Amino acid sequence: MLRRRLNRLLGGDERRVDSRTVYVGHRSSPDSEGFIPPKFCDNRIVSSKYTVWNFLPKNLFEQFRRIANFYFLIIFLVQVIVDTPTSPVTSGLPLFFVITVTAIKQGYEDWLRHKADNEVNKYLVTVLEDGQRIRKESEKIKVGDVVEVEEDETFPCDLILLQSSRDDDTCFVTTASLDGESNHKTHYTVPDTEKDLESLSATIECEQPQPDLYKFVGRMHIYKNNQEPIVRSLGPENLLLKGATLKNTQKICGVAVYTGMETKMALNYQGKSQKRSVVEKSINAFLLVYLCILVSKALVCTTLKYVWQGKPGQDEPWYNEKTQREKDTNLYLKMFTDFLSFMVLFNFIIPVSMYVTVEMQKFLGSFFITWDKDFFDNEIKEGALVNTSDLNEELGQVEYVFTDKTGTLTQNNMEFIECCIDGFQYKHRDASSELDGFCVTDGPVSKLQQKAGREKEELFLRALCLCHTVQVKESTEPCLDQVDGLNNQVDGLGIDGDGLGIDGALSHLEEQRGFIASSPDEIALVKGAMRYGFTFLGLESKTMKILNRNNDVERYELLHVLNFDPVRRRMSVIVRSSSGDTLLFCKGADSSIFPRVRQEEVERIRLHVERNATEGYRTLCVAYKLLSAGEYAQADAGLREARLALQDREEKLMAVYNQVETGMSLIGATAVEDRLQEEAAETMEALQGAGMKVWVLTGDKMETAKSTCYACRLFQKSTELLELTVRTLDDENRRREEKLHDLLLDYHKKAVQDAPPVKEGVTRSWSSSQDYGFIVDGASLSMILNSSSDSSNSRYKNLFLQICQNCTAVLCCRMAPLQKAQIVKMVKNSKGSPITLSIGDGANDVSMILEAHVGIGIKGKEGRQAVRNSDYAIPKLKHLKKLLLAHGHLYYVRIAHLVQYFFYKNLCFILPQFLYQFFCGYSQQPLYDAAYLTMYNICFTSMPILAYSLLEQHICIEVLLDNATLYREIAKNAMLRWRPFLYWTVLGLFHGLLFFFGVWYLFYNPALQDNGQVFGNWSYGTIVFTVLVFTVTLKLALDTRHWTWINHFVIWGSLAFYVFFSFFWGGIIWPFLSQQRLYFVFANMLSSVSAWLVIILLILLSLLPEILLVVFRKPRGPHSRQKELVDSRVGGLQSPRSSARPLLMRTFSDESSTVI
Amino acid sequence: MITAMMASSYNAKEEDGHHSGAAGHGGAGADKSRKPDNTAFKQQRLPAWQPILTAGTVLPAFFVIGLIFIPIGIGLYVTSNNIKEFEIDYTGVDSKSECYACARNFSWNSTTPCTCSMNFTLEQPFESNVFMYYGLSNFYQNHRRYVKSRDDSQLNGDPTALKDPSKECEPYRTSEGLPIAPCGAIANSLFNDTLELHYVDSNGTKVEIPLVKKGIAWWTDKHVKFRNPNGNTNLTVAFQGTSKPVNWGKPVYELDPLDPENNGFINEDFIVWMRTAALPTFRKLYRIIQKKSSTTPTLPSGRYILSITYNYPVLSFDGRKRMILSTISWMGGKNPFLGIAYITVGSICFFLGVVLLIIHHKYDNRNTSADIPN
Repeated sequence: MLRRRLNRLLGGDERRVDSRTVYVGHRSSPDSEGFIPPKFCDNRIVSSKYTVWNFLPKNLFEQFRRIANFYFLIIFLVQVIVDTPTSPVTSGLPLFFVITVTAIKQGYEDWLRHKADNEVNKYLVTVLEDGQRIRKESEKIKVGDVVEVEEDETFPCDLILLQSSRDDDTCFVTTASLDGESNHKTHYTVPDTEKDLESLSATIECEQPQPDLYKFVGRMHIYKNNQEPIVRSLGPENLLLKGATLKNTQKICGVAVYTGMETKMALNYQGKSQKRSVVEKSINAFLLVYLCILVSKALVCTTLKYVWQGKPGQDEPWYNEKTQREKDTNLYLKMFTDFLSFMVLFNFIIPVSMYVTVEMQKFLGSFFITWDKDFFDNEIKEGALVNTSDLNEELGQVEYVFTDKTGTLTQNNMEFIECCIDGFQYKHRDASSELDGFCVTDGPVSKLQQKAGREKEELFLRALCLCHTVQVKESTEPCLDQVDGLNNQVDGLGIDGDGLGIDGALSHLEEQRGFIASSPDEIALVKGAMRYGFTFLGLESKTMKILNRNNDVERYELLHVLNFDPVRRRMSVIVRSSSGDTLLFCKGADSSIFPRVRQEEVERIRLHVERNATEGYRTLCVAYKLLSAGEYAQADAGLREARLALQDREEKLMAVYNQVETGMSLIGATAVEDRLQEEAAETMEALQGAGMKVWVLTGDKMETAKSTCYACRLFQKSTELLELTVRTLDDENRRREEKLHDLLLDYHKKAVQDAPPVKEGVTRSWSSSQDYGFIVDGASLSMILNSSSDSSNSRYKNLFLQICQNCTAVLCCRMAPLQKAQIVKMVKNSKGSPITLSIGDGANDVSMILEAHVGIGIKGKEGRQAVRNSDYAIPKLKHLKKLLLAHGHLYYVRIAHLVQYFFYKNLCFILPQFLYQFFCGYSQQPLYDAAYLTMYNICFTSMPILAYSLLEQHICIEVLLDNATLYREIAKNAMLRWRPFLYWTVLGLFHGLLFFFGVWYLFYNPALQDNGQVFGNWSYGTIVFTVLVFTVTLKLALDTRHWTWINHFVIWGSLAFYVFFSFFWGGIIWPFLSQQRLYFVFANMLSSVSAWLVIILLILLSLLPEILLVVFRKPRGPHSRQKELVDSRVGGLQSPRSSARPLLMRTFSDESSTVI
Repeated sequence: MITAMMASSYNAKEEDGHHSGAAGHGGAGADKSRKPDNTAFKQQRLPAWQPILTAGTVLPAFFVIGLIFIPIGIGLYVTSNNIKEFEIDYTGVDSKSECYACARNFSWNSTTPCTCSMNFTLEQPFESNVFMYYGLSNFYQNHRRYVKSRDDSQLNGDPTALKDPSKECEPYRTSEGLPIAPCGAIANSLFNDTLELHYVDSNGTKVEIPLVKKGIAWWTDKHVKFRNPNGNTNLTVAFQGTSKPVNWGKPVYELDPLDPENNGFINEDFIVWMRTAALPTFRKLYRIIQKKSSTTPTLPSGRYILSITYNYPVLSFDGRKRMILSTISWMGGKNPFLGIAYITVGSICFFLGVVLLIIHHKYDNRNTSADIPN
């Protein structure tokens, strides 16, 4: 790790050793004379932090590096060194408790890590050494070892696949434990390696370890009988990652290239950046206030002490002489130690236990999300996942929601809808029954013949069959996979209710065939082609087989795959037909295909594509090109060369791809429907109702995205759309920049200046004024963000942001992943720093998920990268509603109350002690006994608030879900702003004053018992403390709106425990105590009627204002909330919302046809 | 500083990250496909009582509180008023005061005690048991240095602590090489004025009033917390090898030589003194005057003479000394505070109850009238 960092720093030097050379089987290559076996790290995985020996010092060091612990340690040390009023135990014990608990927790976690490490490290693997198969422990594998792995075993390190037991030199792998993708991925052996691994003499040159799981470049030199070495390129498809599992293949052999901590898996488990919640920031602010209070209290006391001592006879009366040491100490030093002593005396105002309680609340509270059965999805058999518990309350503070479209708003469950061949439209499902679609040979085909030439049709269908990277799942696979495959099919075909009927009608062939692909679009396309009579049978040793309409098998040799990537937005294959023609088929987004085909073909098809797009379908254009032998040779050479490049391989490949994919002819276009997620519209409406602004960030086309927005009711009929896209910017006679400038100003005038000022807390969707929707695309956005001149840059940015903030919904289309993050960052850093939430399901959303305050991953179809990088993961979009409106709201209210309550209860705990200083000669005499000081926060008052902060539902979950507007009540950190903080502080001050002076008046005559005996100072403290404990606990009881048996148990239990403890503590002469201060103090107190009366009086008097407030605040109480709910239900229909109602009535099936 | 402190404090995330990493290494993580349990607790659906405080529910409470508190308050007030209390300052600050000379001429070294006596008149007879207190003002018995300056083990009769008192007792720990028993500032400053009360009857003859010196300390203090070393047998031997506190005139085993049950550490005057007062102005129980019979008052009205053996200097720190005679009720000594407080709070509650009732009434009316059009 350190080395890597160093290397990064010394970048220049690193250039030379940018790659490593691995000698397969440790055999030196013929041409390297002085064979020095390079040193690589061993294959031991160390995820543990500590060993038995360094645990204590290292752990302690780490814990005290946290400033909070350090602060308490300092307080503790001051108590030990300086003569302070409270014994070091009072702060040492809680600190010790916290440190021990944390150490135990970390120790346990580390023990688990050790166990896991050992499991991996001691695992026996087979290594081929000098022709023998040797079993050895996994940790002893060295780079260059040839390792044999059998089916269902995980790879012990990163291997280059040399040999597979399968005939076609492939093997299947699942990376479920790496990125959660459970589908099988195909990996290929390095071509031309010999079957006999013992005689293989080869070296591998590959890049230094890097964490990207999907990137690998390398090159293999194979030496054969002193010939010129053969060079083969290595890519990610040759690399088997540690942690992945071999499937469907008996055994493989591979050579270790990265081992131990240098494997991609190990490199990936390095921590993410930390996110902090607003609540934490509020706590910090409050903490500062309390620190100021603490310091000023100490200062006031110190000053007054010396003023008081200045009066004659006060400093050292005859009855209370100083010790010799005290007399000898320097005055200023004495002042300083006095100051420290006061700090120590009042330090309980910032309690250690608050951190522990907050941490516990967050940790335990997050379980409610994982436990929630509403988040359980039957399809994927998983519930919600909480990756961090630090942000629970942030879920209740979201102001901006950035959502991905594909897979998030939509299901990413593609269905082939129609295609257009040569300008003629082929609708797969005409209004007729489903079965029509299946009679491929009659129905559509007859129409086909009427419309386009048969050759064009077949070419188009062949293109669909060939131009993809789909694999066919074999029927020999285990049952489970079979079921998966079937599920896939059912998902793909049988959505509209009578899925079973379709299932039955499927031919056996189809039933056995499951398709696996990285993108669901491809499966939809292949299935679409299948319906028209062209069935893809599979890929066998570079030969693609197609069953055509006449049930003949056509064979094509697959020469090259020009992979899909989001920048090019297209993919191609180069195949050679059995007749010897070399063909290039290309499919991709219209914008990337149209410039590369002959222009005269474009217009006919563009019409269809645009119409389809507005209907919300995903469109792809298909083109082809016949390659002459010369052209092919050139392309082939270019591709091979680029693939072998070790550096900038991507760029080089891209250049070749772009060169090859030109001059094609367009054959047609396809339309695939991506259905909306369940309850997507309701969820979006609820979010908007809750005052959140929803922005859709998608890489998709504007038309498609726009229609999705309409379907999700983000845009409504009345919404005026402000469009800032390449289309609106293109103007015949003006430069884009000028136009951009004008448009921005124009929109700004419309949306910002002319709009009536938005009232605090009330968002636009409820006001009757015009709604605006803003649409921007990637190109325009980059113009705004990266404008040429700096001054206009920030100005454009500002204008853009202001427009966006005044719009109901914003749609950003054609976004690159990084642009998504840029937008999130821009909003995040805008004025008022609103809380942002990003939700997405794919790898392209990771950047924005990481950027936003809260990142939510959807356990969708595009793998698990989003989930892995998210803070929370949910199975479906619809769960977002409950996550935010119910869980987020409750968590926020709970933790906010927890924090305020903690400050409050410590203020009224310490204030009497502060006041007591005025009556004890500022001598730092504690009011309470040390046991009370220590136990107050740990035992007497901690459990009720913890139970409250876990269980409280001030409004029940159903009401929260039904009434999205309730979310606005806590928006902008409403419960942790200065006003509520002031309220709590004043309350704490009031209580503290009341406790102290109430008892003070009582002690005007300390003869409180009916036998005339008097009470002393410890009785005074005990009475105040009793009132205190009862009041703060009952105050919490008053705030509790949701009394479960746990609340009852904990609240009454705490009080009972206090009484019991006090009796116990005062009932025995404790041999370990130097002073028996509380001996029978509590019991004597209870024998005094006056003490009882004053306790009852003070408790009641302190709670009186609270009760009054609750009553006077009644219109906002929960009671009325229920009423409000009824009102909104009744009145909802004729309220401004009514315009939305007809949309609500629509069912899912016709959502796609929603047109502006 | 604190801002940063929160950032890094107890952040479990770091650990979480490692933890998930470990789970990844282990390969088979927990079975995540398990459906969450449908228990009331996990679904946050525990049956719950949801009290709602409204004017309707709070109103009766206010009235009830008012109705209970006001009588209690009146009772307390009357009780407190019925307590007879007499207080006399005998510090001798004023030159006209009888004890002026004693106060002025005080010296630690004087062998002959200075005495003075004050006349006072009780206007009303004191019935039942009368309690005699001494009161000190501006005496910081709650000063930290003072409060901690004691050794409870020594006072509990621990022989090792007797010979080796706690460090807390400094500078009253040893005297002339011998350990002080009882050590510490509290014991050292034991109140040692002697107060005697005489009734001057109609003939002008002085009748000494019998003062009971037992039953003035907490029972538990007298019998458990304070113990003489070696039991009560021969205190002179038990305290051998210790020194008397510097300001005392006699050693601890001569506090009450006549009564072995009240001598040494278990002397009740001493125990009472050792219970440090809460505030700088305080009173401590000195003697009890027990009632003679149910018919005659314990202290009939008339002239009295208070004879003081003036040993305790307070002028150096501007303190005051008082003698207080008081009767006691079930609520203790005279203190009008509780009664007044109860009456006030009760009245406030009652008043609020009325206000709330009006508000409630109006609000409800408005509410129903608003509901009608619907």
